[in-house]
Amino acid sequence: MEITVLLFLTSGLFLGWSLGANDAANVFGTAVGSRMVTFVTAAIVCSVFVILGAVLSGAGAAHTLGRLGSVNTLAGSFMVALSAALTVYWMTKAGLPVSTTQAIVGAILGWNLFSQSPTDFNALTKILGTWVVCPILAGVIAIVLYKTTVAVLRRLNLHMLRQDAYTRIALILAGAFGAYSLGANNIANVMGVFVPLSPFTDFEIAGLFTFTSVQQLFLLGAIAIAVGVFTYSKKVMLTVGNDLLPLTPVAAWVVVTSHSVVLFLFASEGLEHLLAGAGLPTIPLVPVSSSQAVVGAVVGIGLLKGGRQIQWRTVGNIGVGWMITPVISATVCFVALFFLQNVFAQQVYREVHYELSAGAMDRLATEGISTGGFDELFGREFRSSVGFRDALHQRTRLSRSQESRFLYYSEITRIFIDPEKLDSLEAGWLSKRQFAALRALSGNSYIHKWALAEELSQESSEWKPLKNIAVNKIKNKRLREKLDFVYRTFSENE
Amino acid sequence: MLLSKGNALFRGTKFLENQIDEFLDRIMEAGLIFLLAIKIYLKDGACEEFEESLRQVSEIESRADELRKNIETQLYEQTLIPDLRGDVMSLLEEMDELINVVQANFYRFSIETPEIPEEYHRDFINLTEMVVMCVESAVMAARAFFRNIEAVRDHILKVNVLETEADKICTKLKREAFASDLPKVDKIHLRYFVERIDLLANVAEDIADHLAIYTIKRTL
Repeated sequence: MEITVLLFLTSGLFLGWSLGANDAANVFGTAVGSRMVTFVTAAIVCSVFVILGAVLSGAGAAHTLGRLGSVNTLAGSFMVALSAALTVYWMTKAGLPVSTTQAIVGAILGWNLFSQSPTDFNALTKILGTWVVCPILAGVIAIVLYKTTVAVLRRLNLHMLRQDAYTRIALILAGAFGAYSLGANNIANVMGVFVPLSPFTDFEIAGLFTFTSVQQLFLLGAIAIAVGVFTYSKKVMLTVGNDLLPLTPVAAWVVVTSHSVVLFLFASEGLEHLLAGAGLPTIPLVPVSSSQAVVGAVVGIGLLKGGRQIQWRTVGNIGVGWMITPVISATVCFVALFFLQNVFAQQVYREVHYELSAGAMDRLATEGISTGGFDELFGREFRSSVGFRDALHQRTRLSRSQESRFLYYSEITRIFIDPEKLDSLEAGWLSKRQFAALRALSGNSYIHKWALAEELSQESSEWKPLKNIAVNKIKNKRLREKLDFVYRTFSENE
Repeated sequence: MLLSKGNALFRGTKFLENQIDEFLDRIMEAGLIFLLAIKIYLKDGACEEFEESLRQVSEIESRADELRKNIETQLYEQTLIPDLRGDVMSLLEEMDELINVVQANFYRFSIETPEIPEEYHRDFINLTEMVVMCVESAVMAARAFFRNIEAVRDHILKVNVLETEADKICTKLKREAFASDLPKVDKIHLRYFVERIDLLANVAEDIADHLAIYTIKRTL
């Protein structure tokens, strides 16, 4: 691995460290703050489970973040992660509540602005929506769980000491679940921007399972989170519990559990599949903020108790923090990218070009989108999405969805199925039939990704996306990941 | 296997639960011995049997002290019940005060051997019975605080009622003593012992008052 690659990854590790110091504190904050669990126990359990969560089920939420903006150079990813990490670090130092999720989303938007890349509004709305839903959901879960727990405890009538012992064990279990969910959900924040550029290669362990490059990347990020937990989270843990509302150990358990459930809901591909299979609506897999979940749960319990004890001023400050974090992070990222590009002469983004080719016009027409009036754009290459969009809008008014179809079909990615590369490529996670289909296209060139995808699907049904219904979501996602792998491997864009 | 591990995990807790129970048992025992001893004293004065009761109470007091210290040490060393530890410690110390008062009363009877005219014997026994019942209710309230929080309220109510009754007997006894022809010094001595016995009910009532607050804090 090149040393520069490692250097660029350091910002992700810094962000991981910040996440460990901050967000991980939310998991065990109430438990350690109420002195029910010692810091060392909390730190060990937290680290182990964050790593497991990140490596075993980290992929779900990473995908949504990748869609928000595909940061396409390592230097760009470096700066996105660094800006987010600096924002989190500064705000923590200044005693302001902060969420790593918001910082990273802000930084990606900063990169989008700087590189004039289109922001996927669907993904953005999905993420912003969960920022509202997440604390409310955590609050509702906390209220239900609290009422149920109190009723059960009343019925059980345990000795005070016995209840104390059970609560301790329950807190550690809930914390472990929380740490696992945090790893699964938030690793996307730390390493998500590096996923398309992972410097690692897949390898098999004893022929039993494949340790993918993404998993290796996530393991690295998770270790950074663990270091953050051990080195800096103690202070945050001790203050997080009692800032909003003094909590009893049982209430602390309810908070940790509600937080963990919310994070799990937004990270579990397994659950998504299960819901889809049962014909139920699925939950979007989005990185959510653990601080939002904890605050939501604490406020929920506070409201249940009449709301008198809640420190509304602190809640207000946290709300303001949530709003300004993405703005600060986006600004920092934008300015820093400017310096990295112009002072340090680093390529912080790769231009994405657009051309309304004959094939693209054809596809748009098939989808029923009128291309009339765009003839003079035919064959003209645009160097950014902004220029292309302006040119489109000068001619006619397009809806957001129509515009995104234009961008999709016109994006230029020069792909050459290089026979030499094909020879050195191992089938790996592509199926035999998928690999054979790819071989059949050896020597062909494409200027659009979709053109290659179409030909592949003609060669083999295994390259064909399944009908776009909830139950097929995961399979289609896997297919897109494989296609992305093919595009990356054979792309000639530099 | 899992079960045995679970048992090991809760063995410490169980041991501590037993120690707390034993501590409360000792207080109850001290109260009952005090009632029997007062009856003996009224019948035979500070006789050998009475002195034997004093020795018994002294042993109980030492054992209760030892238990209390053990419990407190374990609560701190194992950082148990962090949110309620302060309350539990105060409760244990206040409960310990009950045995201390019983023991001190014993010593006063043994050393000062007050003369109690026969016409006051019935009221003395009534007062002691009322006071001991009050102590028992306080012990039950404390036990419920650990085991059955919902029941604390009922026991507290009982303590308050019994304490008021004890106060009534106490006042009646004092009025009658001071209205009698006894020498002034005997009247004062009698009043002192009536108040010393009644002190137990007052301590029990203080415990009940504090328990009411601790219970609110413990209620989820």
